[in-house]
Amino acid sequence: MSTVTHDHDTAHHGEHHHHAPSGLKRWLYTTNHKDIGTLYLLFALTMFFIGGAMAMVIRAELFQPGLQLVQADFFNQMTTVHGLIMVFGAVMPAFTGLANWLIPMMIGAPDMALPRMNNWSFWILPFAFAILLASLFMEGGGPGFGWTFYAPLSTKYSGDSTALFVFSVHIMGISSIMGAINVIVTIFNLRAPGMTWMKMPLFVWTWLITAYLLIAVMPVLAGTVTMVLTDKYFGTSFFDAAGGGDPVLFQHIFWFFGHPEVYIMILPAFGIVSSIVPTFARKPLFGYASMVYATSSIALLSFLVWAHHMFTTGMPVFAELFFMYCTMLIAVPTGVKVFNWVATMWKGAMTFETPMMFALAFIVLFTIGGFSGLMLAITPADFQYHDTYFVVAHFHYVLVTGAIFSILAAAYYWLPKWTGHMYDETLGQWHFWCSLISVNMLFFPMHFVGLAGMPRRIPDYALQFADFNAFISIGGFAFGLSQLLFVWVLVKCIKGGEKATNQVWEGAEGLEWTLSSPPPYHSFTTPPEVK
Amino acid sequence: MAKTSRYRCSLLSLLFVEMASAAEMPLNMTQGVTDISHQVYDLHMTIFYICCAIGLVVFGAMFWAIFHHRKAKGVQPAQFHESTRVEILWTAIPVFILIIMAIPATKTLIAMEDTTDAEVTVLVTGSQWKWHYKYLDYPVEYYSLLATPQKQINNKIAKGENYLLEVDRPLVIPTGKKVRFLTTSDDVIHSWWVPAFAVKKDANPGFINESWAKVNEPGIYRGQCAELCGKDHGFMPVVVVAKEPAEFDAWIKEQADIQAKAKAAEQELLAMNMSMAEAMALGEKTYLGYCAACHQAGGGGLPGAFPALKGSKMATTAEGKAAHIDIVLNGKAGTAMQAFGKQLTMQEIAAVITYERNAWDNNTGDLIQAADIHAAKTGKKE
Repeated sequence: MSTVTHDHDTAHHGEHHHHAPSGLKRWLYTTNHKDIGTLYLLFALTMFFIGGAMAMVIRAELFQPGLQLVQADFFNQMTTVHGLIMVFGAVMPAFTGLANWLIPMMIGAPDMALPRMNNWSFWILPFAFAILLASLFMEGGGPGFGWTFYAPLSTKYSGDSTALFVFSVHIMGISSIMGAINVIVTIFNLRAPGMTWMKMPLFVWTWLITAYLLIAVMPVLAGTVTMVLTDKYFGTSFFDAAGGGDPVLFQHIFWFFGHPEVYIMILPAFGIVSSIVPTFARKPLFGYASMVYATSSIALLSFLVWAHHMFTTGMPVFAELFFMYCTMLIAVPTGVKVFNWVATMWKGAMTFETPMMFALAFIVLFTIGGFSGLMLAITPADFQYHDTYFVVAHFHYVLVTGAIFSILAAAYYWLPKWTGHMYDETLGQWHFWCSLISVNMLFFPMHFVGLAGMPRRIPDYALQFADFNAFISIGGFAFGLSQLLFVWVLVKCIKGGEKATNQVWEGAEGLEWTLSSPPPYHSFTTPPEVK
Repeated sequence: MAKTSRYRCSLLSLLFVEMASAAEMPLNMTQGVTDISHQVYDLHMTIFYICCAIGLVVFGAMFWAIFHHRKAKGVQPAQFHESTRVEILWTAIPVFILIIMAIPATKTLIAMEDTTDAEVTVLVTGSQWKWHYKYLDYPVEYYSLLATPQKQINNKIAKGENYLLEVDRPLVIPTGKKVRFLTTSDDVIHSWWVPAFAVKKDANPGFINESWAKVNEPGIYRGQCAELCGKDHGFMPVVVVAKEPAEFDAWIKEQADIQAKAKAAEQELLAMNMSMAEAMALGEKTYLGYCAACHQAGGGGLPGAFPALKGSKMATTAEGKAAHIDIVLNGKAGTAMQAFGKQLTMQEIAAVITYERNAWDNNTGDLIQAADIHAAKTGKKE
């Protein structure tokens, strides 16, 4: 941050202990929620570009049939590490960064409740990803078994980079759990007087639920990777039938983590969109209470649907029916959310600044991802969709035009608050429109390619898929390049620009907009009154 | 598989011709050639139309609001923000739609999982990176490998019509009969997928999965491995030929004869000796078909993943010879190196080991004969 305001006047308890060290130490030692939020966000952006560069390698290889640029095993490493980086390095840290910046300001607190743990939970992340990325340069290359690391491909048949992969996932998990504990403790203890549960901003609500999901499932992931490690190196047979284990057991455990993980990456997005849409519609959010209940239902249901990722593994038909019904049920609370957003816009007085544009695109495109999700829930049809580009299209719609678009919307929405400067609206609109068009060129045709029968995770394909893949790759390159515009907007906004008011947006409501722009170093040193 | 290389062109124009030669891609899921696959297609279209209808209503309302309820039109925002009645309504309607959708889906699913009363049963075994088919009712079994030449994959020659979707020996099944597929795997998880049958079933090592198809029309149906199974996951297609029952019976009888004769011939071959030139020629062919995917055509392997044979101790020293034969025959547990003892004939194994011990400057001068392999094999058994 370019400006740090030291709000000495409001320090009630005599001496003010904050002595900001300068340079690198400031960032290394910081326990401030804004500094740590910034670190998380910049880290996520960096990882977004590294993971994106790998996506460019994938798309370049798939531009034409035949193997041109990379060999098959390196291609697999790219899809694997791309997935891991985007999930654990880009989307999750970006949301944690937003939580750090926003939750104390939204609930009227001075900082997060556990600032030193906050520092630690961030600073172990760069090491986790350094280990993961370093594994790519090992002899034999990095992990190439997909981000889902199904056994026994990841145990008996993997290279020694697996050990590094396991270690780095452990560190990521520890970081996430600490971040989640911090969010929960902060929300429970540091709310301003008068801020009852049902007065909390939805972003706070969705993050609270997300934090519980994290605490519930990250240990499961840790258990999974540990079993992979012991199967590979210490002679256990959790996932090896020859020793009495079961490779499908791996998938049950992995997806028991994996499906809630999907909602970990989308619930905070719901909170962001629920903040932005009312502001630019100048109308209160429709159905606040039902939004809270819908989010909670989605979180609970997320523990009952994991095996819909595994319909082809040969489950008994009753298990398939159970997971099909539960999965279809998720469409109901998700639908309620979408309907509520539309009802919020209805008879509002809308304007269309960049954050609103990204939020609107989120609603439409996330819903398209939801539709394909509903199609995937239909088990007999899933047998045809499973492990094809239809699935790739589906989860990129919910993760790129869902999670990532919401993060971009949030960045534009709160940037003026964070930096004290308005961002360049023209550039923002350019960024939005370039992203919108290219992302749909990139992911929409994948539906057709998948329905036509192209499996995912293949470096080369039959000739009938050639034209569509060339088109998709062009969309991919365009989407990648478009994100450079965001960096430009960001740098410009941090460096300077029109001074932002406290409220920034005409229709904005909530405690964070009562603070100065940029806000004081210790957000609320006296608790605000919430009516 | 008939491979048509219709496109002869210079290397320069190769890339463009590839694009032009691309067959028209269907834009929708195949309706397939079984009753079940038609039902699956119908389910797919039903849920798709439901999504379109919901999308039309929701996005319609949203875009109506975007165009009419905008500040630029000077409207004043309304302040309503809740209605329990509306919330209940838009919870109940989707539940109702989902129940309507779940009924046919349940019926189809139960039918798909009913593998009883099959007339023909095939054991489908995946291994890195090929399929093995074994007819449980006939003495016929064989491996099915990608038939697309490496040169097409590496863009050295023009790609054929069925690029990457062609195999040396397709699975053959009869039409009009319920054929049951038992799927399993020798190594990692694979997934056997034929879109035209709406059959996709994971091949799990150590477990057997069941699925079935009753194909209505004779024809050639192509699919691929659908589960990431390592380096050459993209290069293990599935090709199934459905023949009229009479044709199928004739074919399977012929195959049973051929396989019985081959077994007898193998015994005779034990007494015969290949010349070095013969062994090297057969060895090279076998090596490129079975070994080069990992150990590479030049024998250099891939450091860290697949060991080099060129200059390796095992392939160049006299002491390594027995171990060399053993590893090709029986594989190496815990690695991607499979047991080739049952995939290749003894003559092929002898030739490929000879090749590996003499190609790429390994020059041991060793000439291995089928009898040596037989000795190693039987010695093992005793």
